[in-house]
Amino acid sequence: MRISPDLRVAFTDSAPVGLGFVPLGLAYGVLVVQADLDWWWAGLSALLIYGGSFEFLLVGMVTAAAPLAAVAAGAFMVNFRHVFYALSFPLHRIRSGAGKAYATFALSDEAYALATSERSRTWPGRRILWSQLHMHAYWVGSATAGALVGGFVPDSVQGLDFALTALFTVLALDALKDTRSDMPTPVLAAGSALAGLLLFPDQMLVAAFAFLAAGLLVRHLASRRRPSHV
Amino acid sequence: MSETHSAIAAVLVAAAVTWGLRALPFAALATMRTVDTVDYFSTRMPAGVMIILAVYSLSDLPLPQPQSLVPLTALAVTVGLHLWRGNALLSILGGTTVHVVLSSTVPTP
Repeated sequence: MRISPDLRVAFTDSAPVGLGFVPLGLAYGVLVVQADLDWWWAGLSALLIYGGSFEFLLVGMVTAAAPLAAVAAGAFMVNFRHVFYALSFPLHRIRSGAGKAYATFALSDEAYALATSERSRTWPGRRILWSQLHMHAYWVGSATAGALVGGFVPDSVQGLDFALTALFTVLALDALKDTRSDMPTPVLAAGSALAGLLLFPDQMLVAAFAFLAAGLLVRHLASRRRPSHV
Repeated sequence: MSETHSAIAAVLVAAAVTWGLRALPFAALATMRTVDTVDYFSTRMPAGVMIILAVYSLSDLPLPQPQSLVPLTALAVTVGLHLWRGNALLSILGGTTVHVVLSSTVPTP
């Protein structure tokens, strides 16, 4: 069988992210069956939603029988950040309509991070698409596997949900390293997060993202007025 | 509606909202890709978003209570491992393992 070269390099491109997905996906699957949901629900939600952070939250909402409107509002708030990914994701490199549709569907935080990284600047659309497909498969596969073995994990094993906190902490640390020359952005983000927590504890994410966007806009407009500093 | 049906409905609703948020902005932005405000946001937004998500996932810490020592210890291990080795997988696995071991063995009052 002839394997497309883009498929082979995409496997290597996505392997580090994929390996990071495996423990998280396993933790997610175990959490699903610990919440008394069916094992296939882990795979189905991983396949169709493919947004790890909201999936973890959805487990709690479904077991608490939250109304669908609350689910929609929660998904909107937690995943609203993806709106900004359209600003720089190289969708124009992907030619086919179906390819574009899948690229937007599988536009996870990690897919965005990979496709907008410095080294991916020369990647053709097919290589981006294949790496997205690999990451999606890692996530669905590990979530399903976690749910299948989860039945054998004793209930006394608690605290797997920390995997999500650890993931965001690591991504934030990496982001901090990348913006060392631009300290105001992390400071602004941390300030937005704290302001969101204190002022709108129930809508913290939306409030914090709005504060961040507003703060960046003000900074941008202010720096344009002083062109000598740009 | 049975429990299974509502669990599936919840997935479908979440999937539709998530895809909408990921796909629709491309249509809106197709005409303004070159605007410099867009460029400014696209270079600074990702770092800011990750920092907010990290704070968010820590925001349910029961801070004054001693139980918050478990997640705080796990967090310190995660950050320490990441600053030391810079390996994302190692940091996540290490921090989560510490959290699972502590919260499974330390009795909660």
